[in-house]
Amino acid sequence: MTLPQQEIPKGGSFLIQETEPSSVFTPEDFTEDQKLIAQTARDFMNREAVPKLEQIESQNWEVILGLMRKAGELGLLSIDIPEEYGGLGLDKTSSMLISENMAKVGSFAVTHGGHTGIGTLPIVYFGTEEQKKKYLPKFATGEWISSYSLTEPDSGSDALSIKTSATLSQDGKTYLLNGSKSFLTNAGIADVYITFAKIDGEKMTGFIVEKGLSGIQLGKEEKKMGIKGSSTRTVILENVSVPAENVLGEIGKGHKIAFNILNMGRFKLGAGVIGGAKQVITDAAQYAKQRKQFQKAISEFGMIKEMLGEMGIRAFVGESMVYRTAGLIDRIAQKSDGKNPQISLSGIEEYAIECSIIKVYATEILSYVTDQAVQIFGGYGFMEEYPVARAYRDSRINRIFEGTNEINRLLMIGMLLKRGMEGKIPLLQAAQKAASELTEGSPPEESSDLFSHETWLLRNCKKLLLFAASLAFQKYGTQLEEEEELIERLSNMLMEIYAMESLILRVKKRLEKQKDKIELYSALVNCFLNDTILRMEVLGKQVFAAVSEGDMLRIALTALRKWLKHNPVNTIPLRRKIADAIIESGVYCF
Amino acid sequence: MRIVVLVKQVPDTAAQIQIKPDGSGIVEEGLKYILNPYDEFAVEEAVRLKEKISSSELFVLTVGLERTKEILRTCIAVGADQAVLILEEGEPLDPFSTAELLAKKIESLHPDLILSGKQAADDDMAYIGGAVAQRLNFPFVSVVTQVEILENGKKAKIKRQIEGGEEIIEVDLPCVLSAQKGLNEPRYPSLAGMMKAKKKEIEVIKAADLVPDIRKFARTKLERLQPVPVRPAGKILQGSPEKMVKDLVRFLKDEEKVI
Repeated sequence: MTLPQQEIPKGGSFLIQETEPSSVFTPEDFTEDQKLIAQTARDFMNREAVPKLEQIESQNWEVILGLMRKAGELGLLSIDIPEEYGGLGLDKTSSMLISENMAKVGSFAVTHGGHTGIGTLPIVYFGTEEQKKKYLPKFATGEWISSYSLTEPDSGSDALSIKTSATLSQDGKTYLLNGSKSFLTNAGIADVYITFAKIDGEKMTGFIVEKGLSGIQLGKEEKKMGIKGSSTRTVILENVSVPAENVLGEIGKGHKIAFNILNMGRFKLGAGVIGGAKQVITDAAQYAKQRKQFQKAISEFGMIKEMLGEMGIRAFVGESMVYRTAGLIDRIAQKSDGKNPQISLSGIEEYAIECSIIKVYATEILSYVTDQAVQIFGGYGFMEEYPVARAYRDSRINRIFEGTNEINRLLMIGMLLKRGMEGKIPLLQAAQKAASELTEGSPPEESSDLFSHETWLLRNCKKLLLFAASLAFQKYGTQLEEEEELIERLSNMLMEIYAMESLILRVKKRLEKQKDKIELYSALVNCFLNDTILRMEVLGKQVFAAVSEGDMLRIALTALRKWLKHNPVNTIPLRRKIADAIIESGVYCF
Repeated sequence: MRIVVLVKQVPDTAAQIQIKPDGSGIVEEGLKYILNPYDEFAVEEAVRLKEKISSSELFVLTVGLERTKEILRTCIAVGADQAVLILEEGEPLDPFSTAELLAKKIESLHPDLILSGKQAADDDMAYIGGAVAQRLNFPFVSVVTQVEILENGKKAKIKRQIEGGEEIIEVDLPCVLSAQKGLNEPRYPSLAGMMKAKKKEIEVIKAADLVPDIRKFARTKLERLQPVPVRPAGKILQGSPEKMVKDLVRFLKDEEKVI
């Protein structure tokens, strides 16, 4: 990937500074290699996995393991593993493209993601030389499957409260692990469990636990709502003796592994769910074209077009956010030419806010898209023999795992404020500047450039959030974290800002290079901005009402009106245009 | 054993092909190109033979444009050792000239075996294999579904499909074989293979440097392409059975004049 050399933006800084279209990475910037990698993943899914859908969904583990090994042969398990350990050591964008294409079969995507992401990366980033040599080559081929084991029956979102204990033996050679872990993806097919336990009841530490050690007991396969073709089981550890050299990372720093790996998992999940959304849009468009009622294809009806159009818009927005973030992380990783995984780890840490945003926003896009797809399929959408019922069921878990969307909402605002207070980004100054413009009046609206009105609105949305957040902080101080409903609204505003900006930047960048389909791409921007501004207005009013009163509330509402000044756009023909493009091509076509 | 596979880049078989308004060719804009699917069988068979027979070398050869390198890289990624592009930028050559170019280059490679797809998925001409064999004075066996090398590479036992059965042929090497679907299940490139292919040098020879004035060899000329005429919509009769029968008879007698 070639991006102009320039200062790499700090995580979360999108809220307080403007970004040039030329500096963002977009799907239009995929290199030939990246496209080939995506193609390989696509071919693998179409030729190998899709024909075995029934067997996957009925948990034929032999078939599923066979697919994992085949994926290993093709290199689809080794993107994130450095070359010296049998991997390909490629960029995160390539990794995302694989995740995106795996989504065609949700269950298999989870098996694949559980192994290559949260299962493999802890060793890539935190393993010792010996551990890397021992495990990574086998993970790369799929000979060994890995499972990430953090959650416990009484410790879900509150991950630091785990009770599994690790006690060093007298001779100092082994740790004795005791406890139970729940909801382990790949539990039933795993050879290795990346397990978190506390030493002396307080030092949270990672362990590499190999299958077959005595004292490991697996629970039954859980009966799940979706992703039925993936393995999810409980693991009970009863006096399991783990060699001391299998401690992963530093003793007492297990939380660092757990949280960083979750960041990465979130980010990969974002790409995966957008891949899922694109697939479902294609399925829905194909169906709507051939299903006839009242002597017409249902794709000709306005409300169906409205659905398809909006599904397309949201998937495009999500895709823009995912690859913008992949580009940011890759730029940090580029500094080491992909050779030093620690650097890409620091990239993920830097953009933890963006990773959370993507996780929440993209999984909610998928929920919307699958729900509407079921609606387009009508009665058939409710039948398991059609593809969207499965997609609908499979989608639901995404809003829960890798940190629930609620936890991620808290995290993104918490991290933003923390970065501001630590002086990593000049948040306070930006908030003061926004406040000063309450009375000064906004700069005049520009008009000549493409999307100048939308860019102006975006800039004002940032002021709106900064101002709203500073009022909330003034009212509650450090107690703000107790005000979850407020934080939820602030996080929604933050996500909408990242969404709008990623969309505008991508379309601007595309139209600078390619002049075709200007109207179609402008429709995406105009439609989404119009609707998002309306959402921002509601959110802004709700926050202001919650944190201010009297004169201050009046001032805030006046500012809101001024900042969000926007003549409503007639989005009906715009959405139709977008829908028609999808219907005509019969696929997600952007 | 030295094996040469002849390959062609064709539009994606899943793509909607549009003919240019003047009929001079197809609209290439936005079209995706792939390795001809029948050639995939030929490449796969060659890779398998190479894996079986030690110290074999596998060449892939094509006539095409700069973009045609893509399919050569695909071939390298699945196991070809060397790739040659005979570059001819202008109007597409006629099959006769293409065969001339290929034969000329093949001579210098001294192969024991030449494989190609049984036909290209774009023009379905099924011409090149035989034409190349004729120019090199090699035997040619078409529509091959199984290949077995015998007597240390002096002969091959070939199975080919014929109506209602299979034909088993023994053929002297060097020979030209054209691959039919069912010959094998082609593998697709691994990422490591693609990384290797990216670094590999592709030999490019200008057509004019190989055979001066190649176009004078042309014996056929594309007059024009035209779409298949659209079939008129069917007619659905309605009403009571008596009325429909009456209408049908009237339609066949008066309108279509078939009874």
